[in-house]
Amino acid sequence: MNLDFTEGELAFRDEAREWLREHVPAGPMPPLDTAEGFAARREWEATLAAARWSVVAWPEKYHGRDASMVEWVLFEEEYYRSGAPVRAAQNGISLLAPIIFEHGTPEQQDRYLPAMADGTEIWAQAWSEPEAGSDLASIRSTATRDEARGGWLLNGQKTWSSRAAFADRAFGLFRSDPTAERHRGLTYFLFPLDAEGLSIRPIAQLDGHPGFAELFFDDVFVPDADVLGAPGDGWRVAMSTAGNERGLSLRSPGRFCAAADRLLALWRERGAGHPHLRDRVVDAWLAAQAYRLYTWGTVTRLAAGGDVGAHGSVNKLFWSQLDVGLHEVALDLLGPESELRDEPWLDGYLFSLSGPIYAGTNEIQRNIVAERLLGLPKGGRGR
Amino acid sequence: MKFALNDEQRDFAKSLDDLLGAADVPAAARAWGEGDHAAGRKLWTRLADLGVHGLCVPEDAGGLGATPVDVVVAFEQLGRHLVPGPHVESIVVAPVVLAAVDPGALERLASGELVVTLAAPPHTPYALDADIADLVLLLDGGTLCTATAGALHRSVDTARRLFPVTAAEHLATLPEDTVAAAFDAAALACSAQLLGAGERLLAEAVEYAKTRRQFGRAIGEFQALKHALADVRVGLDFARPLLYGAALSLGSADSARDTSAAKVAAADAAYRAARTALQVHGAIGYTLEHDLGLWITKVRALVSAWGTPSVHRTRVLAALGTA
Repeated sequence: MNLDFTEGELAFRDEAREWLREHVPAGPMPPLDTAEGFAARREWEATLAAARWSVVAWPEKYHGRDASMVEWVLFEEEYYRSGAPVRAAQNGISLLAPIIFEHGTPEQQDRYLPAMADGTEIWAQAWSEPEAGSDLASIRSTATRDEARGGWLLNGQKTWSSRAAFADRAFGLFRSDPTAERHRGLTYFLFPLDAEGLSIRPIAQLDGHPGFAELFFDDVFVPDADVLGAPGDGWRVAMSTAGNERGLSLRSPGRFCAAADRLLALWRERGAGHPHLRDRVVDAWLAAQAYRLYTWGTVTRLAAGGDVGAHGSVNKLFWSQLDVGLHEVALDLLGPESELRDEPWLDGYLFSLSGPIYAGTNEIQRNIVAERLLGLPKGGRGR
Repeated sequence: MKFALNDEQRDFAKSLDDLLGAADVPAAARAWGEGDHAAGRKLWTRLADLGVHGLCVPEDAGGLGATPVDVVVAFEQLGRHLVPGPHVESIVVAPVVLAAVDPGALERLASGELVVTLAAPPHTPYALDADIADLVLLLDGGTLCTATAGALHRSVDTARRLFPVTAAEHLATLPEDTVAAAFDAAALACSAQLLGAGERLLAEAVEYAKTRRQFGRAIGEFQALKHALADVRVGLDFARPLLYGAALSLGSADSARDTSAAKVAAADAAYRAARTALQVHGAIGYTLEHDLGLWITKVRALVSAWGTPSVHRTRVLAALGTA
């Protein structure tokens, strides 16, 4: 057992650190879920892509560096340590791209991956519906065959669609066979957000910004070329993304380690006035450290051919709670100033509150851990 | 970078688990608490035969010269199976503090022949099992003495027999880094025991939740229980990497910070496991007749052994330069 990195990995890390030091924009960007924030990030992501730092683990032909998973985690640590902003492209990069690599046709890969890598096409996810949140298999929005035009007509409604207010395209599941049982008869579609028949209503989140949107579909046409995987096989295709979302890909430890470092700086500045917060500061740092080390364990397992499986739910439970706890103690350290809207810790706090809700609520994750990892009996839901 | 146990370490854990699983360790622990050490001494010898007592003894002194990771692997199993005795003291601390003073003792430590216990105030004010130890030590600051034991103090964990000690013969004045190394190694081993005990408590609670029926169904079907047990799983899963991370940094500049982090996390996770296991079992778990209480009280004692969570949180902050 070791945590030693090869010379090549260390050189990769150093190169990233150096480049980020020179190129990360000074000062905070406007919030992600605003028009200005989105525009600023498109520009930043183009800069990243031009130097091939936007998707380091991808193949070179799609702007990547063929980086190993170890290098990817090292890069993410450097990325967040440098103060670089959260990516607007993250839904596409971490949720959709792995599916395109696995299930996409060569044409779909060539069409979508480069534009995703350089920020010219930013993707939103369209999973949830008013009657299907964590219970995703109960979605009702339909896809009906349009043989004449060689494609499908989408109808229905999606909600809580992250990034859809400003993004270019979206991906989601629709029921293409109404007679099949819940998990079958679903198809995975890619579509432009400015398609005819598609209307978008942005929804302001707790932070006041339209991070969500509702999507209304009225005979939105999608050609066969934009079906991902086989028609009717959407659930299986989508589940590999859900695993990604709960597991490693969306939440690299660098982000929490960077926040824990900022928390320690805040403690140095203000801790003397709040001795009773000491334990919570230590525990927040500890949790970030635990998450970092746990991730190296996951990387080791994946590199040896293992998979994340239900451990992704353990991971999601931990990081979502760690993120909230870390920000809560920072706000307590800030005292009465913590309610001021221009306080960056407050933005981080409001964002962290969504963690235990999205990507499958933490209650759903606990059921998965209890049933799949601990082997407790199913049933009894809601009792 | 390979942050996982290798095959040899997994095999070692398995052979300890098999050995201890086949022995009736809870009965040995109960007898030990009543002053009947026969079964416990037998276990002591069998563990020594598997190399456990020689883990921290250098190869040229008849030991295995093993890594701290191996020590963590072994102590997790000792905790899982409730093995009684001054293991932390004899296996982990004694080889460090006796190396310069009495090199000849190391071989006898490795073979399990020599049983050593010690008190190291302020965090470890009592010597464990001084009544059966061949050598009782007092490490006060850097001063190492032999010691004589006073009257038995009972612990919440009946298998932990605690004795106040008085210095007898001065043996040595140890350098600061040796004292620090001994304390960190002890805290790490204690953390591993906590993790093992926590894993066992979770396993017992899960098993019970599958079989115990109320309101016409297994209580493990109830979401409130599922969620409590899932939270225990999460706590243990994230304490473990801190423990192994600390094993890798033992003796480095980050040793104090990382062992303290491990102790805090392992104590929290194991304590949560204990509380939840008791709640799942209900009244039967609260009886002396049921074995569950042996682990619950062990965890409570180990939470404050070799540095309380408060002591270790203070050390983490101090190491981060923010005390």
